[in-house]
Amino acid sequence: MSDRIFGGFGVLLAVFYAWAALQTEESFLSDAVGPKAFPVIIAIILGLSSAVIALRPDPEPVWPPLARLAEIGAAAVVMILYAQFLPEAGFIIATALAAMYLTWRLGSPVVQSVVIGALTALVIYIIFHAVLGLSLARGPLDAYVDTVVDPVLGAIGAFFEMFGGSGADEAAPEATGATGAGD
Amino acid sequence: MDLWANLYGGFEIALTWQNLGLALLGCFLGTIMGALPGLGPSNGVAILIPLAFTLGLDATSSLILLTAVYYGAMYGGRISSILLNIPGDEPAMMTCLDGYPMARKGMAGEALALSGIASFVGAFLATWGLILLAPQLVKLALLFGPAEYFALFALAFATLGGVSSTNQAKSAFAAMLGLGLAMIGVDTQTGVPRLTFGEVHLYDGLDFLVAIVGLFALSEVFVFLEHRHGSADAEESKVKVGRIVPPMPMVIKTIPTMLRTSFLGFVAGVLPGAGASLGSFISYSMEKKLVDKEGTFGTGDPRGVAAPEAGNNAAAGGALVPMLALGVPGSGTTAVLLAVLLSLNITPGPLLFQNNPDVVWGLIAALFIGNLMLLAMNIPMVGLFTRVLLIPPRILMPVVAMVSFVGIYGISGSSFDLLVMIAFGLAGWILRKLDVPLVPVILGTLLGNTMENNLRRAVTIDNGNWWTLVDSPLAITLWAIAIAGFILPVFVGKVVKARMQRRDEEGSLSD
Repeated sequence: MSDRIFGGFGVLLAVFYAWAALQTEESFLSDAVGPKAFPVIIAIILGLSSAVIALRPDPEPVWPPLARLAEIGAAAVVMILYAQFLPEAGFIIATALAAMYLTWRLGSPVVQSVVIGALTALVIYIIFHAVLGLSLARGPLDAYVDTVVDPVLGAIGAFFEMFGGSGADEAAPEATGATGAGD
Repeated sequence: MDLWANLYGGFEIALTWQNLGLALLGCFLGTIMGALPGLGPSNGVAILIPLAFTLGLDATSSLILLTAVYYGAMYGGRISSILLNIPGDEPAMMTCLDGYPMARKGMAGEALALSGIASFVGAFLATWGLILLAPQLVKLALLFGPAEYFALFALAFATLGGVSSTNQAKSAFAAMLGLGLAMIGVDTQTGVPRLTFGEVHLYDGLDFLVAIVGLFALSEVFVFLEHRHGSADAEESKVKVGRIVPPMPMVIKTIPTMLRTSFLGFVAGVLPGAGASLGSFISYSMEKKLVDKEGTFGTGDPRGVAAPEAGNNAAAGGALVPMLALGVPGSGTTAVLLAVLLSLNITPGPLLFQNNPDVVWGLIAALFIGNLMLLAMNIPMVGLFTRVLLIPPRILMPVVAMVSFVGIYGISGSSFDLLVMIAFGLAGWILRKLDVPLVPVILGTLLGNTMENNLRRAVTIDNGNWWTLVDSPLAITLWAIAIAGFILPVFVGKVVKARMQRRDEEGSLSD
């Protein structure tokens, strides 16, 4: 039954896709094929394969009970909230909360989850922001962490500088005439 | 000789402190990722892509880091197969069959050491295979015009479901889904927006890195949430590791096995749609047919440990050949590697060997070095990695999720991309439930635009004549292979899959 629904959905998707592709406004300067042909071919094959899936379904997959589905849905909601609030709350707070939630739902006791979540956020922050210099969303807590972490890292960095430092300034040979594979 | 000069140049590039350090880091992280059940080569590499970008690495160095992870994961997968009877990743499935019985007999140390050596032999020979075969393939690829390339892409998609695919309709669906997603954004040839529904964020198209991390890494988190704490709460790790140095007689006895299976694995890796899992499966079954006279396979025969390990590591090397020489990856992990190269503005294919020989040969030299490092890491230090297995997924999976978020946010700095990634994660979970393969989706999003450009170029050159696509003998051959490769699994796929599963059950029954 799942495959029949899935296949039916696929057919609808293909029809919608073809319709959407045909809405493309063609510019007056176009090549012989144009921007619509390939998407339409894709839609046709998508529709055919979906029809086959619907007509010749595989054995039913084992769907989790409703409670588990709700679990997955809830985790997705938490992740969406994380994505939305990341810029305001800052990296450490948002990540700690999200990691706490996931750890808790995967079966850790509450207190342990809080500790693990906070540690996860801190360690990722230190590795990616302080060590690797990735720019992450800034929040109220981050400045405090930086004041503690930066001097330590500075010392470690100075230690490594003595070994000739990074080779990152060796000229990157990228993009020297690398064009499409079909040229 | 040309070859030696190139190789020498490659070693000059690979033997800088930075690249050596990256190779070491990659090998170490890769082995851990391979050993942890739930993280395999493709999602391991996917998670580390942002790392390569944030370090500001050039193409050679990123590739060295990520292929070291790839090779490392191939080594690491065996550890949990042998100790826990849980494959650390898919290609290590066959290693369970004889590895775990060996461990039960108190020979875990020997099994780990032997499989480490077998992995080394497989990877070492495959790297030589890569050196010898890739330039030949490049010569062939130089004959390709746009029409042939279009046929080649079609071939890649047609065969990607693999010989073990049971439902080709689902493979085709996955490929079309990927290609369809690639079409979103401004059309590169005429500059008109397609399928964007007025959403400005979509004008640039979907970033395939977002799709990859979502489909591979986040969907894994959802799978674990579904099963709460999966099978990997390492309670059984009480198996004693014992002595780590393998008795020489055992190694000598398995040398013919290793050589045969390395060759087989390499061939399986080069062929599109086969990949490492099939490499280790073919290696094990052929070895069993060939030398298992006393029926000891499945009860802890050392040859049964060496065969799949040499096979899957050789296949990993083999899979790099079409990716580098043609720009068409044959497996999930090489597709991820291709994504990295494309984002660094390097297009694999024949031109790569001409324009960026330093990338190719630096990578090859790094593979040799990394392989040696892995051997060193995996024999004396294997105890360290067995301890990593004690990390339960309830801690590991949130870390995977958060690292994915950080990585994608770090690259783009946009919440919109995070939302897209979550959508891909959920879609990936549903598709996995429905047994739809994810690799064609990735490959489609990666190659969609190049494929379309080749189609349009071919037809435009011939003044709008679509028959130009089947005009040359080379193109016709490629189409014929594509069609055969698509149809064949319809007949033999069920048989192969059933055999793979039966072997698996035999393995779990025998303990």
